Amino acid sequence: MRHVTSLRIGPVGFRIGSDWRAPVAALDDLYRDYPRPEVPDFNVHLFAARPWRKYLRPSVHIGGDFVIPDAAPLPLAQGLLAAEMGMNLQMALGQRGYLLLHASGVERDGRAVLMTGISGAGKSTLAALLMARGWRLMGDEFVLVDPATGMAHAFPRLISLKNEAIPVAEALLPGARFGPLLEGTPKGTLRHIVPDARAIAAMAEPAAPALILFPRFGFAPAERPVPPSEAFVRLTQASTNYVNLAERGFEALTRLVASVPSHAIDYPDTETALAMVERLA
Amino acid sequence: MNPALLLARTLRDPASAKGLGPQEWTTLFAVARAEQLIGTLALRIHGLPMPEDARRIVRDAIASAEQGRTAALWEAEMARRALGDIPLVLLKGTAFAAAGLEAGRGRSIGDLDILVPRDLIGEAEVRLLAAGWEWVKPDPYDDAYYRRWMHELPPLIHRERDRMIDVHHTILPLTARVTPDADALLAAARPLENGMQVLSPNDMLCHAAAHLFADGDLAGGMRNLWDVHCLVEQFGTEGLEARADQHGLAGHVTRAIRLSQALYGPEPLAGTTGGWGDSLYLRRLTARDGWGRPTRKLTRLAFYIRSHWLRMPPAMLARHLWTKWRKGHAP
Repeated sequence: MRHVTSLRIGPVGFRIGSDWRAPVAALDDLYRDYPRPEVPDFNVHLFAARPWRKYLRPSVHIGGDFVIPDAAPLPLAQGLLAAEMGMNLQMALGQRGYLLLHASGVERDGRAVLMTGISGAGKSTLAALLMARGWRLMGDEFVLVDPATGMAHAFPRLISLKNEAIPVAEALLPGARFGPLLEGTPKGTLRHIVPDARAIAAMAEPAAPALILFPRFGFAPAERPVPPSEAFVRLTQASTNYVNLAERGFEALTRLVASVPSHAIDYPDTETALAMVERLA
Repeated sequence: MNPALLLARTLRDPASAKGLGPQEWTTLFAVARAEQLIGTLALRIHGLPMPEDARRIVRDAIASAEQGRTAALWEAEMARRALGDIPLVLLKGTAFAAAGLEAGRGRSIGDLDILVPRDLIGEAEVRLLAAGWEWVKPDPYDDAYYRRWMHELPPLIHRERDRMIDVHHTILPLTARVTPDADALLAAARPLENGMQVLSPNDMLCHAAAHLFADGDLAGGMRNLWDVHCLVEQFGTEGLEARADQHGLAGHVTRAIRLSQALYGPEPLAGTTGGWGDSLYLRRLTARDGWGRPTRKLTRLAFYIRSHWLRMPPAMLARHLWTKWRKGHAP
C-alpha cells in the first residue's frame, strides 16, 4: 500500500493503508494526538479495484482482515468516511477480546454511562454534548466490555455527526476540532468531531458501567426503568459479536444487565435529554 | 522475506518468532488471518516472548479458535441427530477436531463436511431438510449440475444456526479424471466414541491431497498443507503409497508431501525441491503481500483455469464456462 498510517483507539490498534494520500492525510491530521500501536490488531485497505479508478473518477473500495463482500465503494472525497467504515467493519466482524456494544459512552467519577438505541436515537449527539459539559467521552460508536472484568473500555474514535445534528453540535462545541463536511454520503451529510484532549489522554482507562440508557429522540419527555430481561434482549441486538463470543458474551452481558440499572428515556430536544441523563447518572 | 514464507517459517519453528520486529509481527498476523491459520499460529507461538500488542492478538485468536471448535463439534452432533441411523464420516477440520488430532489444534473450521454412503445420500438429504437445513443455490442449472456431476449434494445451510453442510458421497467430482474408491474410504473409516466416524489417517492424507490438487485452485493451500504436515508427523506414511495408488491419487499425495515439507519441514525451507512444477505450486501457495492481500494475479488465474480443467472433460468444461459466463460469473 502506498500510503500508510497506524493509530490506537482505546485498546485497539489499526493499520490503514491507502492507494491515495488524501484519506491517510485526513486521518493523520484528525488523529494526530492518538498513540501508535506497536503491532496493530486490524488492517484496513482503501484501494482502487481497477488501476485506472485510482485517477479516473476515483473509487475507494474498503478491504481489510475482515470484510463484507459487495460493500459499495465511495468517492475519494469521502475517503475519510471509508477509513472510518473500514475500522468499524474490522471491529464488528473481527473483535473477539471484548463484547462490543453499539453504544455511545461517557464517564464521570469512574462511573460509565452507556447509551444505545437505533440509528437516529441521538447517541452521538448526546455523547458530544455530554463531553462538552465535562464528561469524559468513551466513544460514540462502540463501548467495549471486557468479559473477564466487566469493565467498560473506551473506544473514542472521531464522533460522527449526521445531518441536522451537525449545526446543533457546531453551536454548542465552539472550541472543538471538526473534520471536513462530507456531503452526499450513504448516510447523508456527515461531519466528524475530534474527541477532546481528556478523552484521548484517558482512553486506556476503563470505567465501571453504572447506567444503561435507551434514549429515543422526537418524543415527549418520558422515563421508565427497563427490567434486566428487556435490557438483555435489547443489548444482544446492539452487539455485533455477541453470538461469536458465545458463553463469554452471554456471561458478560448477563453480568452487565444484572449489576447495572437500565432506563429508557424519550426526549424532544437535547437540553431535556442532557438534564435527564445528568439526573439519572 | 515473502510474507507467506514468514508464516510458514514461524509455524515450523515457533522459536524463530523471538527475533521478529513490529513490522514483521504485523505482516505475520495479516497473512495468518488471510490464510486462516491465525488460530494454529497463535497456539504454536503462545507463551513466547513477544510485544504486548502481539500477545493480545494471540490470546484472542486462541479463544476464537476454541469457540470455533466447540461450534463445529456441536454442528456435527446436530447432523448426527438429524441423520439417525445413516452412518456418517466426518471430513477435514471437524474430523481433526473430533478425533483430537494435531491437525485440529487451533484450526479454523468453516463448513461441516461429511461423507455418507452413496445409496443413502437421497435419504440423508430428506432428513436434513426435515431438520431445518435449506438449499443455498436457487439456480436450477447449479442444482442440476451438482446432482448429476458433483461428489456432494448442493450445499445446504441451517436456517437457524446459519451453518453450511456439505454432504459428500465421494471425495472428487464424478467428472474428474481420477476416481477415488469411495467404498474403501467408508470401509476403512474409524469409529469415534460419539457414534460418528473419521477416515483412516492414510485416507485423510489422500483426501487432503485430492482436495488441494484435483478439486481446487489451491486457495487455502497453506492450511491444507499444514494439515498434511501434521498428519504425516503424527501418523507417518506407512502404507500410504499403496493406498494413494488405490485411489488414483499417488501423484497428488507425493506432491502434497513434498510441498508440505518445502513449507513446513523437515526439509530446508529455502529453495524448491522437486523441479519447476513444485516451484510453480509454491509460487501460487505463497502469493500474499504483507497486508494479507492476494498477489500474482496471472499465477492465480492459471491455477483457477487448471482447477476446472482437471475437474471436467474439455467439451463439458467449455459448455460449463459458457453457461457461467452468460450468467455473468467471473473468476
